[in-house]
Order: sequence, then C-alpha cells, then structure tokens
Amino acid sequence: MSLDFSIVPSFLDMLFEGAMWTFFLTVLSIIFSLIFGTFFAIMQLSRYRLFKFFTRFFVWIFMGTPLLLQVYLIYFGLVQIGLNLNAFTAGVIALSLHFSVYNSDIIRSGIFAVDKGHFEASRSLGLSHSQTMRKVVVPQALHMVMPALGNMMIALLKESSLISIIGVMELTLSAQRAISETFHPFEFYVTAAAIYYIFNLMLEWAIKNVEARSAKYR
Amino acid sequence: MKKPIITIKNLHKHFGELEVLKGINMEVRPAEIVVVIGSSGSGKSTLLRTINQLEEINEGEIWFDGEMVNKKQSYSKREKYLNKLRQHIGMVFQHFNLFPHLTALENITMAPKLLKKLSEKEALRIAERNLEKVGMLDWKDYYPSRLSGGQKQRIAIARALSMEPKVMLFDEATSALDPELVDEVNRVMKKLATENMTMIIVTHEMNFAKDVADRIVFMDEGVVVEEGTPEEIFSNPKNERTRTFLFNYLNRGAL
Amino acid sequence: MDFELILRVFPFLFKAALVTVHVSVLSICLGLVIGSISAAANFSRYSFVRWPARFYVSFFRGTPALIQLFILYFGGPQIGINLEPMAAGVIGLGINIGAYMSESIRGAIIAVDKGQIEAGRSLGLGKLQVQRKIIIPQAARLMIRPIGVNSIGLIKGSVIVSTISVIELTFTAHRFISSTYKPFELFIAASALYLVIVSIVSFIVDRLDEHFALEV
Repeated sequence: MSLDFSIVPSFLDMLFEGAMWTFFLTVLSIIFSLIFGTFFAIMQLSRYRLFKFFTRFFVWIFMGTPLLLQVYLIYFGLVQIGLNLNAFTAGVIALSLHFSVYNSDIIRSGIFAVDKGHFEASRSLGLSHSQTMRKVVVPQALHMVMPALGNMMIALLKESSLISIIGVMELTLSAQRAISETFHPFEFYVTAAAIYYIFNLMLEWAIKNVEARSAKYR
Repeated sequence: MKKPIITIKNLHKHFGELEVLKGINMEVRPAEIVVVIGSSGSGKSTLLRTINQLEEINEGEIWFDGEMVNKKQSYSKREKYLNKLRQHIGMVFQHFNLFPHLTALENITMAPKLLKKLSEKEALRIAERNLEKVGMLDWKDYYPSRLSGGQKQRIAIARALSMEPKVMLFDEATSALDPELVDEVNRVMKKLATENMTMIIVTHEMNFAKDVADRIVFMDEGVVVEEGTPEEIFSNPKNERTRTFLFNYLNRGAL
Repeated sequence: MDFELILRVFPFLFKAALVTVHVSVLSICLGLVIGSISAAANFSRYSFVRWPARFYVSFFRGTPALIQLFILYFGGPQIGINLEPMAAGVIGLGINIGAYMSESIRGAIIAVDKGQIEAGRSLGLGKLQVQRKIIIPQAARLMIRPIGVNSIGLIKGSVIVSTISVIELTFTAHRFISSTYKPFELFIAASALYLVIVSIVSFIVDRLDEHFALEV
C-alpha cells in the first residue's frame, strides 16, 4: 500500500462536516468551561467550609483523572441514574467539566494576583463582599489570566478528538469514516491533522484579538 | 610617562537607530584610576562594556596592551581571541551577577581552574588571598543568597581579581546597594587603587570619585565633554555642560 | 453502590495500571531525550537547524495526540513503519510530549539571568563553558516543575493508547463497564488508581523541586 493524496479531495465535504461538529463541540465546551470555571473558582473562595471542601475535592478528582475516563462516566454512568444522554451532549458536558476545573485554578490564581488595595478600596466605598468580587476583582482577574485560559481553550480543541470514541461524528471520526471506505489512513489522518492545525491557528488568532481588545481598557 | 594600556580612537556605537557613543577618544595608562561620570543615557556604561567587547562597536578602534581589540577575524578565531582577552580584563557589575548555584569560593575558583588549568590548591590559594583582601574570607562557603548586597559585590570583586587581570572595570558597582552597604565596597576599591591596579570606574558617587580618581572623564550624550584631575573638574569646570551637571548633582544632594 | 464489584475488578485494574505506568515512564524518557534535542536545536546559529525544531514543536503541540498516534500506528505501514501497539503507543506519546518538554526546557534556559552569562563571559569563559557551568545547572533546576507538569499530563494522556488496543487502565475499565453496566463503580476504582499514580508523581516532583531549589 502506498500514499495517494489524490483521493482526499472527494472526501473533503465529509471531513468539513466533521470539522463543523468539532467546531460546535469546542465552542460550546469552551463557553461552559469558562462559566463553570468561574463558578468553581468562587466556590473555592467561599467562606462556607463545606462548599470549599466539596469543590476542591471535585477539582482534585477531575484534574487527576483522564478526560476519556470522565467521558465514559458521563456517557455510560448517567444512564444509571436515569439520564440517557446523546453522545454529543455527553461530550460537551465532559469537556466542559474537565476543563472547568483547570480554569477554576487559573482564575483563582488570577483573583489572588489582583492587588489587595482594589479590594479594600471597594469595600471602603460600601460595596459588599460579593459585589466587590463581581465588579472589581473578578473582571481584573479574568483579564490577567487570559493567556493561560487561552492555552486551556487550545487544549480543549485538541482533546475534543477523544469524543470521537463515543461516536460523535466530529473530525476524527469523519476521517475514520473516509478511511473505512478507502483504506488510506495516512492521507486522511494527516489531512485531519492539518485541519486541526488550522483551527488551532484560528483559535490563537481569536484569543490574541480578544486580549488586545481588552488591553485597551487597562 | 608610560605607554597607555588602553587606547580608544573615534569610537562609535549605535543601538539600532540610536547613536549612543559618538566618537569617543580616550587613553588609560597602567596603574591609572580613571573615573567616568555623567548622567543616565550619557553612554558611560556602554563605553565600559565595549572595552571587554560585551558590546560590539560600529566604528573606531580599541587598543588593549598593544593589540587592536576589534580587528577583523573569522567567527571562531574571534571567539577564542575574546575569551583570552577577557581573562586580562576584570569586570564588576551593578547587579553583582554571582552564580547562585555555587558557593562564594566556587564562584571565585571556577574560572581560574577551568581556563588557566590551575590545580585545586593553587586556585584556592589565590582565591583565599583575594577573599582576605575584600574582607570576606569567613564567608567563603556561603551561597550568594545568604549574603547582603555589599558582601555579594565584594565577592564579585574577588572573583574578577582572581583571574589576575591587568585592568579592572567597575560598572556602577555601588548603584544597586543600600546606602549603608556602599562604604564597604568603596573601601575595597580604594585598597585596590593603592595596589597599582589599573581601574576604570563608572559611578554616580561624586565624593568617591573625587577621593580615588587620578583622572575624571565627564560624558554627556555620547561624547566626552571634559577631562581632567578631580581638582580641575570639581572646583573649576571649564565646560558649561559640566558645570550644569555638577550643579544639578550638588543641589540634589543638598536636599 | 456495588462495593463487591469494585473489590473484584481491582486486581485486574491494578495490573492494567502497571501497564499505564510502564507506558508512561518509557514515553517520558523518550520525550525528555527528544525535547532536549529540540530545545538545543532551537538555540542554534543555523536556521536550517532551528526551523525543523520550530516546526516539530508547532505541529506536535498544535494537533491532537490521538491523531498523531493514528498517523503513526494506522498510517505507518503505508510509509514502511510497522509497529506493535505498545511500541507505537510509547513512540507516539514520546514524540508528542517531547514537543511540550522542548518548550519547558527552552523556557528554563531563557529564564537564566542574562547577567550571569555576561559575568561568565567577562571572566573569559567561552560559550560552551558558560552553557555547561552556568546555564545548564540553573536551567536544570528551573525545569523540574514544568517537566513534572508535562509528565503528569502524559500519564493522563496515555489513555489514547487504549484506542490502539494497548491493555492499559482505561481500556480495562471500559471493558468492565461494558460487561457489568456499572460505570460509577468502575469510574471510582479506575480514578482511585489514577489519582494514586498522579499523586505519587506530584509528590516526587515537589520533593525534587524543593531539594534542588536555589534561593535567588
């Protein structure tokens, strides 16, 4: 068997359809992972020891175990409690939760990095603790940790390939479909890699843009 | 009068668009103490760093001990030449630059053992002699992180001395020190001066300059504005810019 | 919650965990070698040495590890590379993590204070001597934590070899899930093992970091 890239173009629409699903999977998961990440970060700073403890425990587990294992848990496990999810939804939930815990650590460190003086000034103006967090501290923290969060988003894009294993027809699985018809794995996997790479560059570009845009407000 | 050990002719240096040294001419004789003063941005540190070629020059000549330092050479020959040249020129940096992973003693003995192939005993002998000279013999097994700024700088001086250089360059050696630590370093430098070491000192410390210099060179915006003995420069500056600089300096100190 | 099941499958999971550790250790070693070469190449004077290194880092950090593994294992035969799953797994993971380690090593080297290099050169040390005696001793200490982070990432990332039928921990857990329909119990058992492995590695990295730390 040898290499023959000329067979790729006829399957490009299949690959692009898969790429679209990768795109949706990634974007949705990024959004949720940021929301949950912020939530978990604030939970870990809570004054109620119970919240803090359980969140930290949850974070520890989700950081210390592989994404794929978590995907299996959510896709197969939630069935045990009656939740029958389709693979795409399970994929989004798994990716979101997995990366939200990393994001929460990043955001937490950002919150610590915000100058105490800002916190004190806000409280002395009469704002409550949670108002201060919401209006003064968290916005600054988010701005500071944008590069680190950007790295997490890029990682999420790459990890989304694992969702192919539970049958979501994203880019990786689409490539496998093409391979099952042509028996030319090398060409299609390399093409898929190239498409992922381009997505990666686009995502990096978007992140840099957001960073530059919000730097104007410093 | 002895032949100069360092001669600088028409030295020009740019950093990109900015010309930092605009035609410097200077001579330094053996055992002479030359102190270079001037405001920030005058180019005095850059000038010092061109002497041991930590900075390359764009135009002009630098002569050290009868040889032209910036001669045209192949890359590999130049590397070898520079390494040998720098063994004869000792440099003390504003931020000390001690190697944090080595003790004070190891900082000092590393280069002599590696480059001059000295035995452990010989290197130790020279190191301890220099440590004694700078007053840090008791601290020889300490790591730099445990030492104060003044102590670190004295170790740095001992480190440079242990290569037995012909000339010592001091690049704002006390500028990064807390005021109460400046004296211990100045004292060491004065001691070296009495031992006939050729020294080129870049500093902001005017009193120290007056005290120790054989000759003062005042630089402003990349040129040598005026040179002379301390008496000439401090009591009777001829050039307008020199007078303005000294006036500003004195008023700063007076407040 | 079926605890009895957990106890029953544990020995199998434990053996599979050893395979995970085995694969990880080999890949980490390979990654360190490749990463060191790549980092060194990044500093070369010659652009024909630098560019391949930059491309390597960019490609292998910019594409999913799973795809890289598939290219090697499934696509390899097309270009004359025929590997057993275990070998393909180790090599694939090693090449992938090497790109990340290359950046960790490069970052550590750059972080060494420039003033030290000047001090070394002003004493007459040549470029190689400065590297050996000043840069590397310090960079080695600075890179302990980043390499540790890379390694822990690899242990978790090693799951991808389960897709090419290497019988490691997640593969085994998945098999038991399929046969027992008890994902929660299996997840708990498998997670526990992963957490133990990761915690041990974290502990080692922390101790190493402390031991070699330089107060600057």
